[in-house]
Amino acid sequence: MASIIKREQTLDKLFSGVTFSAAFLVLAVIVSIFISLFWESLTAIDAFGFFGFISSTAWDPVREVFGAATTLYGTLITTLLALVMAIPVSLGIAIFITELCPKFLKPIFGTAIELLAAIPSIIYGMWGLFTFAPLMGEYVEPLLQRIFGPIPLIGHLFSGVPLGIDILTTSIILSIMITPFIASIVRETFALTPVQLKESAYGIGATRWEVVKDVIIPYSKAGIFGSVIIAMGRALGETMAVAFVLGNKHAIATSLFDASATITVTLANEFTEADSDLYLSSLFYLALILLTMNFLLLAIAKTFLARKRKI
Amino acid sequence: MTEIAKRKIINTCALSLACAAAALGLFWLIFILADVLRHGITCITPGLFLNEAAPPGMAGGGLKHAFIGQLLITFFAVLIGIPLGILGGTYLAEYGRHRWIGRFISTLSDIMISVPSIVVGTFVYAIFVKPLGHFSGYAGSLALAIIMIPVVLRTTEEMIALVPWEIREAAFALGAPYYKVILQVVYRGAATGIFTGILLAIARIAGETAPLLFTSFNNMFLTTNMNEPMPSLTVTIYQYAMGPYDDWHEMAWAASFVITMFILGLTILGRIIIHWRYKN
Repeated sequence: MASIIKREQTLDKLFSGVTFSAAFLVLAVIVSIFISLFWESLTAIDAFGFFGFISSTAWDPVREVFGAATTLYGTLITTLLALVMAIPVSLGIAIFITELCPKFLKPIFGTAIELLAAIPSIIYGMWGLFTFAPLMGEYVEPLLQRIFGPIPLIGHLFSGVPLGIDILTTSIILSIMITPFIASIVRETFALTPVQLKESAYGIGATRWEVVKDVIIPYSKAGIFGSVIIAMGRALGETMAVAFVLGNKHAIATSLFDASATITVTLANEFTEADSDLYLSSLFYLALILLTMNFLLLAIAKTFLARKRKI
Repeated sequence: MTEIAKRKIINTCALSLACAAAALGLFWLIFILADVLRHGITCITPGLFLNEAAPPGMAGGGLKHAFIGQLLITFFAVLIGIPLGILGGTYLAEYGRHRWIGRFISTLSDIMISVPSIVVGTFVYAIFVKPLGHFSGYAGSLALAIIMIPVVLRTTEEMIALVPWEIREAAFALGAPYYKVILQVVYRGAATGIFTGILLAIARIAGETAPLLFTSFNNMFLTTNMNEPMPSLTVTIYQYAMGPYDDWHEMAWAASFVITMFILGLTILGRIIIHWRYKN
């Protein structure tokens, strides 16, 4: 009897140990990703430093001078534009699903929006390159240019030859890709609003929109903020869709119709072609910067969403 | 009265905008899917699945090599990723549920789910491809497994947490040790959920391109040797779409069609199973 109990206890310890090791692997992998990327970046860090690297606009594989400014700029500008377009649309979708959609349609419509998130990014890239970019270049962008071009300061944003392979097209595609992420998280936090709060607002005569604007949205602030940051992380790290339609040009673009480059696209296009240690190391350095930005953003988002859940 | 009328108008406008946003979301989905369908369906021929790549311009080429490569890479990724993910999720939901390390790893996995997949590619390049000196199918599987593990781990954790604690207590009362309770009671209760999680995780990695670019790389020829550079559908789509030939573009569309249908099918199947199992 005692030996059976002993054996079972040992087996239990063993199983607990095995499951712990599997869980611990996640921690180990994250730490080793940081360490190995840092290790591989050392050559570039030695050569360019940190502020020197992120402030330099040079990207010249021939002379072996590298800087992250152009790709960082491309990454941030496309992400910000995508967010500007995605946030109102996703809020609208969340409002529609929680407040307006007939009950039987809810799961169907919810799934449809989530399918947008399931479509792989390479498909967004194919569609963007062969269908959407030509449409933009031929119809939408010339139209925008005609409307906004003559206006003094704003006009400059719409200057250049509209080819469709540019920042504007990329941002729109990115915004479509991140919309379902914001919409589904916001929708969940919207649903957490206590019914009593909503009913008391209706009770004093508020319209449906006023309930959304003054009760539901303020109540869901943390969730909205968290979801936006998660979406930002997505957009920063998006590779394939952007690789098809951004044009991979290392320059600080001032027009929406200029081609640009992001960290991810630079990695995708140049990683296997990097022929010198410094070149490859600079690419690893870019990856490290991207990973760090992404990690910090997600950590911030997590604390916001966790705080919401505790209330 | 005018104040009320004004508020009513604002209400109608705002809610119409919300409807418009919803319509816009649906519009993009239909636009993209219809486009993939329109371009892809005409290029689906038996030859696509049965033939290997032909030189550009020559008729009769297919993507057999890419299909087989994709299957092999995914298979090995699943082989590494699923057991580790399930075991890790078991720790988080059972042994480690009240320990700080459990909560910490759970949060960390959530963050890791959002780590850009191309960064995972560079990592695997640094620790696997560079030391070995060549691209390989195994490296691609490793990259996909790393992406997959946190996804499986978190769904397993959530699904196991849904199993009522009383059921475990009933088993404990019979004198069962914890590991037997987990293996024979908890897993049985959470099986459908975990299975769905696996489906969704496979759907997630099946469309990944970026982590394969510099791990499994690409190959124009059929190979079943996982130690060699391996073609995959997604990388082939990228290469063919960026290439100058029309028949390459057609093949890229055909592959896009197949991959989209596969992923959407898995995703919808997963949703239906969840809906059916957890509707109450």
